Amino acid sequence: MSQPALLRLSKVSKRYGTVQANKEIDLEVHSGSIHAVLGENGAGKSTLMKLIYGVEQPDAGHIYWNGQEVHLARPSDAQVLGIGMVFQHFSLFETLSVVQNVSLMIPGKPAELAQQIADLGDQFGLSVDPHAMVHRLSVGERQRVEIIRCLLLNPKLLILDEPTSVLPPQSVRRLFETLRKLQADGMAILFISHKLDEIRELCDTASVLRGGEVTGRVDPREHDARSLAQLMIGREMPNVAHVAPRPPGEERLRLNALSHPRASRFGTTLEGIDLKLRSGEIVGIAGISGNGQQELAALISGETRAQEPGMIEIMGKKVGHLGPMARRKLGFAFVPEERLGRGAVPEMSLADNSLLTAHGRSMLSRGFIRRSVERAFTRECIETFDVRTPGPDAEAGAMSGGNLQKFILGREIMLNPDVMLVSQPTWGVDIGAATAIRRRLLDMRDQGCAILVISEEMDELFEICSKLHVLHKGHLSPALDAAETTPQEIGRYMIGAAT
Amino acid sequence: MKLRLIRRDSASRLAMFAAPVLALVLTCLASLVLFAALGKDAGAALHALLLKPFLSWYSFSEVLLKMAPLLLIAQGLAIGFRANVFNIGAEGQFIVGALCASALPVYFPDGDFPMMLPAMIAFGALGGMVYALIAAALRTRFGASEILVTLMMALIAVQILNYLLLGPWKDPRGFNFPQTVMFPDNAMLPILFDGTRTNISLIFALLASVFAYLMMQHHFRGYQLRTAGLAPRAALYAGFSAPKMVWLGLGLGGLAAGIAGASEVAGPLGQLQRSVTSGYGYAAIIVAYVGGLNPLGIIASSFLISVIYIGGDSATVSAGLPVAAVEVFQGLLLFFYLMTFTLIRYRIEFDRKVPA
Ligand SMILES: Nc1ncnc2c1ncn2[C@@H]1O[C@H](COP(=O)(O)OP(=O)(O)OP(=O)(O)O)[C@@H](O)[C@H]1O
Ligand SMILES: [Mg+2]
Repeated sequence: MSQPALLRLSKVSKRYGTVQANKEIDLEVHSGSIHAVLGENGAGKSTLMKLIYGVEQPDAGHIYWNGQEVHLARPSDAQVLGIGMVFQHFSLFETLSVVQNVSLMIPGKPAELAQQIADLGDQFGLSVDPHAMVHRLSVGERQRVEIIRCLLLNPKLLILDEPTSVLPPQSVRRLFETLRKLQADGMAILFISHKLDEIRELCDTASVLRGGEVTGRVDPREHDARSLAQLMIGREMPNVAHVAPRPPGEERLRLNALSHPRASRFGTTLEGIDLKLRSGEIVGIAGISGNGQQELAALISGETRAQEPGMIEIMGKKVGHLGPMARRKLGFAFVPEERLGRGAVPEMSLADNSLLTAHGRSMLSRGFIRRSVERAFTRECIETFDVRTPGPDAEAGAMSGGNLQKFILGREIMLNPDVMLVSQPTWGVDIGAATAIRRRLLDMRDQGCAILVISEEMDELFEICSKLHVLHKGHLSPALDAAETTPQEIGRYMIGAAT
Repeated sequence: MKLRLIRRDSASRLAMFAAPVLALVLTCLASLVLFAALGKDAGAALHALLLKPFLSWYSFSEVLLKMAPLLLIAQGLAIGFRANVFNIGAEGQFIVGALCASALPVYFPDGDFPMMLPAMIAFGALGGMVYALIAAALRTRFGASEILVTLMMALIAVQILNYLLLGPWKDPRGFNFPQTVMFPDNAMLPILFDGTRTNISLIFALLASVFAYLMMQHHFRGYQLRTAGLAPRAALYAGFSAPKMVWLGLGLGGLAAGIAGASEVAGPLGQLQRSVTSGYGYAAIIVAYVGGLNPLGIIASSFLISVIYIGGDSATVSAGLPVAAVEVFQGLLLFFYLMTFTLIRYRIEFDRKVPA
């Protein structure tokens, strides 16, 4: 290519305390290209994007825009140049409408903005009602609003940090169509994802990060997912040989006609849910998020109390009226899908976050915290579950998304539960770690743990579960034998075509 | 040009130390302007406010005397504040504590029993606690905001005090002044340093600080309270009972305020009188926040605020400042502190257009 790259980074470095998040990164992005950035959890992808968008400033190195050096002290600098970014965690106000949200960032009369939003929607397949309230929108629609908001500023480069990890499969297809149209329009796109198949399908260039450094630049269409993964983790992907499950043992979790009215207008009412989970088996709950998954998980964990004690049984005891701590004492453990603010306290250190649920593991003596035990537990969790972090004193809020997930999952597994509920076990986790997590769940199953997995990823469910249910509009399908059913059949349940 | 606040990735250590200093400097600058505008000698006013208290042993002992109730109440309040339980009416619990303690010497003015003083302190503690727990009951049962309830109950406490002093508890030989009999010697707290009014309530306050420190930094209860304040949904996930946090936060705050109230009547006042409502309960809120809600920080902030109190007294006398100006000074300090405190977690950004 003769013309200068739209964006060029030269030897860009960024350090957080002792962590070298980015090291002498060189990167070129051209107009009309969809450029993937891939790497393990904590490889430095989000950090690099923040440098490009001006959220953070590099310690060293140069950034060139159309061949001219620029200094981006803040996101508005980047926006002026024509850089837009959609963060993994959306920044919309739920109580405002789409237009109101957009007008917070972009000047203009509401009526004109609404028209522009509608036009962009038509042009790029981003249809969304400008006057809808944000809290009524699905995750996919919210993401469209975020993208539209960027597009209204006429960017030449669009950054998407893990846009697909929270999207149901249908929305991913729509997003890709949109991105291809934008590409055809000459826009450059930086795309982060842990799903290598997506990258191979969509992107024409890929930069691979490992430990903060660029370790490869490839055309992803010419590599299979396996060799991309190898570039990422620097060694062969381990082969997972699955042991066939033994026949399951005694019943450990049971839901008896569990019904619960929704807590607010935006919730889902659960109706007549029956489920049995035995020792030594993994049962999966498939379905698109927002069909009652959150409500069901909170009822099983005890964060919401059931209307009658007998609606939920753990280890043969009626527990519907008990709180989370009492249920944990019976051998129950839970990994929620929200990590920050629920599974972990962002402002506290990892060691103090261990205390959140693992305080029963001799971390207290007469109520006083035994720091040495707390730290030893945390250190073991960090090592066993390959959490990339400087140590037990790091704040949970400063961890990369995937690494925090590994920590929380590890903490719950280290409790040696008899029954475990895991929501979205591998959201935002890189494929090496995702494989390790699935294997860990299978190991636990073989040691007799009863595991219930709520996930949107059908492949994942088929890989580890022996029985599957589908949750749709608050109703749970009957148990389907994973060996006999097909993704198509599950799909029919997911959209309510089968009951 | 626009100003924006951007959240830092981690708390800035520099800002953590700089915030209190900066707040003090800004307060001084603002009040210099204010005092000058009032036509007062601003330099003399600040000298009286900040330096006089250290220039004689007696005024310093007065600082310690003021510090005791402030420290005690603030430690109790901070425990609740860290769990997002906002007890704004410690003044009411303080008054009720003083009332309950006074009941004994009022009804047994010649009572010569040795347990008089311990019983008064216990009555005061209990009274303050129960009074605060009414708010806890209303919050946990009916969801009533403890901010409003405690504040309104403080107003009620003042009326109860007035009623007792004007009616049943009035000293028959007190020339109709609204005050009780003078307490007998065995109803008075021992003096700590001869020749001053500083009494052992300072020791109570320091013991409370040790207790608060151990509980908040090293005990699981304190951890639960902190979690409930920082991330309520994580506390729910862990199964820490939210109502329990409310009971505990309000109960301990009321208990501390009650002891402080008892110590006030059994200390410098020596009787129950109207001036027991001197605003310690409200000032302690400032003390708690200026101390960063940290037990060690609160020791420092209660000392600082007491200095300003005593300094304020001398400034009204020697520099002729009106009482209101001293109160404005205290208000400014809190205002600037909260402002600078934001800088620990946020940084300021100037939004300018840069050439592309
Ligand atoms: N604000 C921060 N303070 C301290 N360390 C940080 C901060 N932000 C990121 N890091 C560290 O920098 C490294 C890179 O983090 P980054 O978020 O860029 O990873 P990532 O590649 O996006 O990972 P993931 O796939 O898990 O999202 C990690 O080790 C992380 O702990
Ligand atoms: Mg990331």
